[in-house]
Amino acid sequence: MIKLTVNGREIQVPKGTMVLDACQQAGADVPTLCYDPDLKLAGSCRMCVVEAKGRPNLMAACVSPAENGMVIETESPDVVESRKIILELLLARHKLECHTCEKDGSCKLQDYCYRYGVTDSRYAGQGAHFGMEDPNPFFKRDYDKCIICTRCVRVCDEITGAQAINVKERGHHAKIATVFDGKLDDSSCVFCGQCVMVCPVGALTSKVSAGKGKSYQTQNVLTTCTYCGTGCTFELNVKDDHVVGVTSVRESEFSPVNKGALCVKGRFGWDFIESKERLTTPLIRENGELRPASWDEALDYAANKIKAIKEKDGPDSLALFSSARATNEENYLAQKLFRAAIGTNNVDHCARL
Amino acid sequence: MAEEMRVLLEYADKINPESADEYVKVGGYVGLEKARQMEINDLIQEVKSSGLRGRGGAGFNAGMKWSFVPKNAEIKYVVCNLDEGEPGTYKDRIICEKNAQALLEGMAICGRAIGSNQGYIYCRGEYPFTVKLLKNAIQSAKELGALGDFNIEVRMGAGAYVCGEETALIESIEGHRGEPRFKPPFPGVAGLWGVPTVVNNVETFACLPSILTKGSAWFAGIGAAKYPGTKIVTLTGDAVNTTFFEVPTDYILRDVIYKLGGGVKGGKKLKAVQVGGTSGSFIPEQNLDTQIDFDSMGAIGAALGSGAVLVLDETRDIVDIVTRISKFFEHESCGKCNPCREGTFRCREIMEKINAGKASQKDIDNLLLLTRVMQKAALCGLGQAAPFPIQSTIKHFAHEYARKIV
Amino acid sequence: MTNSINELEKDATAIFVIGTNTTDNHPVIGYKIRKNVRFNGAKLIVADPRRIELSNIADVDLRFRPGTDVALVNAMMNVIITEGLEDKDFIANRTENYEELVKVVEKYPPQLVAQICGVDAEDIRKAARIYATAERGSICYAMGLTQHSTGTDNVKTMCNLALLTGNLGKPGTGVNPLRGQNNVQGACDMGALPVVYPAYQAVTNAEVREKFEKFWGVPLSPNNGLTIPDVVDKAHHGEIKGLMVFGENPMVSDPDLHHVGEAMDNLELLIVQDIFLTETAMKAHVVFPGVTFAEKNGTFSNTERRVQRVRQAITPKGDAHQDWQILCDLSNRLGYPMNYSSPEDIFAEIRKVTPSYAGISYQRIEKTGIHWPCPNEEHPGTPVLHGEKFNRGLGLFHAIEFKEAYELPDAEYPLILSTGRSLFHYHTGTMTRRSSALNEFMPSNEVQVNPETAARLDIVDNEMVKLITRRGYIEVKTHVTEMVPDGVVFTFFHFSEAAANVLTQAKCLDPVAKIPEYKVSAARIEKI
Repeated sequence: MIKLTVNGREIQVPKGTMVLDACQQAGADVPTLCYDPDLKLAGSCRMCVVEAKGRPNLMAACVSPAENGMVIETESPDVVESRKIILELLLARHKLECHTCEKDGSCKLQDYCYRYGVTDSRYAGQGAHFGMEDPNPFFKRDYDKCIICTRCVRVCDEITGAQAINVKERGHHAKIATVFDGKLDDSSCVFCGQCVMVCPVGALTSKVSAGKGKSYQTQNVLTTCTYCGTGCTFELNVKDDHVVGVTSVRESEFSPVNKGALCVKGRFGWDFIESKERLTTPLIRENGELRPASWDEALDYAANKIKAIKEKDGPDSLALFSSARATNEENYLAQKLFRAAIGTNNVDHCARL
Repeated sequence: MAEEMRVLLEYADKINPESADEYVKVGGYVGLEKARQMEINDLIQEVKSSGLRGRGGAGFNAGMKWSFVPKNAEIKYVVCNLDEGEPGTYKDRIICEKNAQALLEGMAICGRAIGSNQGYIYCRGEYPFTVKLLKNAIQSAKELGALGDFNIEVRMGAGAYVCGEETALIESIEGHRGEPRFKPPFPGVAGLWGVPTVVNNVETFACLPSILTKGSAWFAGIGAAKYPGTKIVTLTGDAVNTTFFEVPTDYILRDVIYKLGGGVKGGKKLKAVQVGGTSGSFIPEQNLDTQIDFDSMGAIGAALGSGAVLVLDETRDIVDIVTRISKFFEHESCGKCNPCREGTFRCREIMEKINAGKASQKDIDNLLLLTRVMQKAALCGLGQAAPFPIQSTIKHFAHEYARKIV
Repeated sequence: MTNSINELEKDATAIFVIGTNTTDNHPVIGYKIRKNVRFNGAKLIVADPRRIELSNIADVDLRFRPGTDVALVNAMMNVIITEGLEDKDFIANRTENYEELVKVVEKYPPQLVAQICGVDAEDIRKAARIYATAERGSICYAMGLTQHSTGTDNVKTMCNLALLTGNLGKPGTGVNPLRGQNNVQGACDMGALPVVYPAYQAVTNAEVREKFEKFWGVPLSPNNGLTIPDVVDKAHHGEIKGLMVFGENPMVSDPDLHHVGEAMDNLELLIVQDIFLTETAMKAHVVFPGVTFAEKNGTFSNTERRVQRVRQAITPKGDAHQDWQILCDLSNRLGYPMNYSSPEDIFAEIRKVTPSYAGISYQRIEKTGIHWPCPNEEHPGTPVLHGEKFNRGLGLFHAIEFKEAYELPDAEYPLILSTGRSLFHYHTGTMTRRSSALNEFMPSNEVQVNPETAARLDIVDNEMVKLITRRGYIEVKTHVTEMVPDGVVFTFFHFSEAAANVLTQAKCLDPVAKIPEYKVSAARIEKI
């Protein structure tokens, strides 16, 4: 075990613990932008700098291993000054449109500016501008909001494995780009949106959810994806009884299979729920056409016909195709309906198709 | 040139630097042979006792650095930093051109000490002729069998200043973007391709053969006690003799300029000296009687760095020069960490504003605040050192700034 | 799956992927396999006629001729036995009928099979060695292996391979079908199959049947029911008169759609319960509007047998009803009362008749789902099956001979057509084609054609062509790509307006599983 002091509080941590985790353990909330517990460390945003007594420079807590006897201050004047200036430097190039930004309310840059009282930047000047160039229908890339934390680059490489993006150019002109800075569609991007999941600011946001509600206006309901058999879990974002988006839950307790990772269908293929084409009333065929009917009418119609066929041709002249998309409960009832209520084992579903 | 002390450059222009045979004739590869006969621990101890400190700018004890390399690792590498990117610095090129075999011998001695049989020389992209020279030198040494089983490959940079930083250099050899890594882990533990790696400067390696041949006590007795040996300095700017000199490390700056350098061109007065390359501090006239060793330079708020000495005469516009320097750092920032990526850009913006006579005292205050944060919070030496020219000139040449402020 | 998904990311040291384009069809599983290979150094063998995404990082990429799976894997076993790489202890202690396997496999030396499959014999040897010598080898497959007239043989052959090398019953091993639909596992578990009640209890087993008769309070049929293809055939002949289709779309998903359409038209009663007016619902006599996963509570069981919660997020649209309520309402009208207060109430009943689910409750899976079998509330669930013994006791080797696919290319239909899925759509497109972004990104079908095939046919990329089989044709645009080998073409089945299943055959199914041979049809392409 390693003993160290954080903000005057002595704590013990196992060897190999990073200062960031040690600070957290000591109850100090150290701000981070580039840090992501599931990704390789970058140590680049320098928001998590803390002061270690006896060291000339501040240290980035996320990449510094805790050492015996360290005396750490997480909000010393030097630290606060550095964080404020770093925020001002980011603000100086950030397209400030919080009022219409999809990330308003869940933006780390916004949160930290609030926390450190950074209203505007004394370093605002000229600077690089990157247009919104990508025509894909899934997510928006607004690099005038990008803070080059490279979480998107790392998640694309390490979790999805697509390796579609990296940093192009150097210094202030550095930007996230595909090979040859082309469209995502021309790269190895698979539009999984893991980059959207990890982006701490409004640089990457879902186009499907755009304008439908900010994070603080939605209730989130944990559920399981309706597509393939992997069984990814995620949250449906609900506003005014409408599904307005899908967001990841990254804790393995709630997302044991996918830990927040999704594919393009899971993350961006949910708005069929709200489709105008949804069936909203029972239908009965009359004179060759389907016409709206009441539930009683439709159920009676079906029940009477079933009874008639069963009486005339026996239960085995009836069959059920149940559903690989319906729940266990529904499948159980469906097969019970045909086996117990009708009396046939003609029950199958499209497991083979 | 009577006051020079030539150790590394003793046989400059007297032997063919590519030829291992000629090198052997003047006593070359004796040090390596000696190293091979020593116990590893004794060898490392010998280098430690010599007091040899890194000549790339950080001034870390070379033997100490080697001793951190885990003994039990299966694969280890020796990397030579020849990414000589500091403007005004060309000492490593000179060493290669005059005494390339000493560099190879030094790397092989290091290889022996840490248990590595593979070395890489990372050569800056602007030195294609040096790459050719080194390849011939390696070939010659191999043909003679001088390096034994130690193998050396030359890798070429692509022109990024930041790749002179050892971890960015490693990233570049691996084929990645030239961006520094955070430390720890230090390269000695996890360097090139994740294995223990010693990265030393050309000049550091080139000191080793004579240390082994003549003994650590001999080396430790030369120059400044805490930074012994000789140092090659490259004199540029408004001096009369703008060339390179090898001097003992207790040599004073004034003598470099006025004795060896022949003073300021055209009999003008000296305004300032910048030592150690572009990221060095500007030194005013009153500090010229300082020894050029690492610690003495540090004591006056400067840094020896690579040993470049830029002389500026009384007609030079300090603010204009620093503006150009800030442009250089903006261009060379790799963009990985926030303080440097954005900071170097804003420094350049503000310096240009000052230089154009459009800035106020408020801008200078903002600039000082920004440089303080860069120095404290940037990831690597580039962002931490980029503020030095600005800070030192605002301190020592405040009147030049005051003149341009509205 | 005999094993669980996360083992593919962490535990497996070699992964044999056959007939599954997992990065497209189960992307998150694909990520995990790729991560294991790239970052942990797991070895990867890919066997697929197409050059799939995972081929790019494979140690061995076996691009074999469609339909020759048994030959390929028999040859791998031939190498393993010849080189003495089999797990002798495992064979001795946990299996039987090994001698029969040896006898068959002897007939498949790699140099002979190389010609059958169109791969390099050395690659077969390399693949065999990698899998057999791996500390923990995992087999993953999907419909590329199963949708053949020899589908059952193919699966048994993979089981042979796992048994031969002892790659079962430990983390990171196993025979792992990656299932394509969110609750296909659960539908099977719940007895939505013609021959079994919940938990795979046979309807023909009198003891089992009595149990269910007692539990459900009515006499039950002792006869096996009909599979989907048989129902379609019998509807065609007029023997099946009434059909209820719940959340399926056979008018897009089933083989030989002309045949299916005629069968549907022949029904006296077609009830469809769905969320959209699907191609099948358009033929219905009565349509019940059900709800999406976002509007319902319940559970799904994923491909690794993990039972997880589905939660209602919004109220049903319009006058749509909960699917379980519709089923109850219908049952009540048929004189068989079904009264449940909630899906949880139904689940409580499921637990009583489904031994593998007995220990699972909504409370236990509030956060993290549990793998069945889970026989009681104290049981943690079973991520890895067959640890101590197999269900039947000893693992049975099957001696399986290679049989060619039913419909091979000939002069008139010189190409092999395979069908499957795109990353951007799901099954019959009912949901994804109504998802704005997915459908905007991929609005229409394509047929993948190798450049050499294209050159021979004088067609170019993005050209509308006629894709024809003995069943019919579709008009579809070309995607000229080296992803498919010369002579093989591939198309997606999501698009009703250019429906792949117009082209597929329903005549020769796998005799046991009744699975259609979607991966091999003889086809030709004509310019329009």
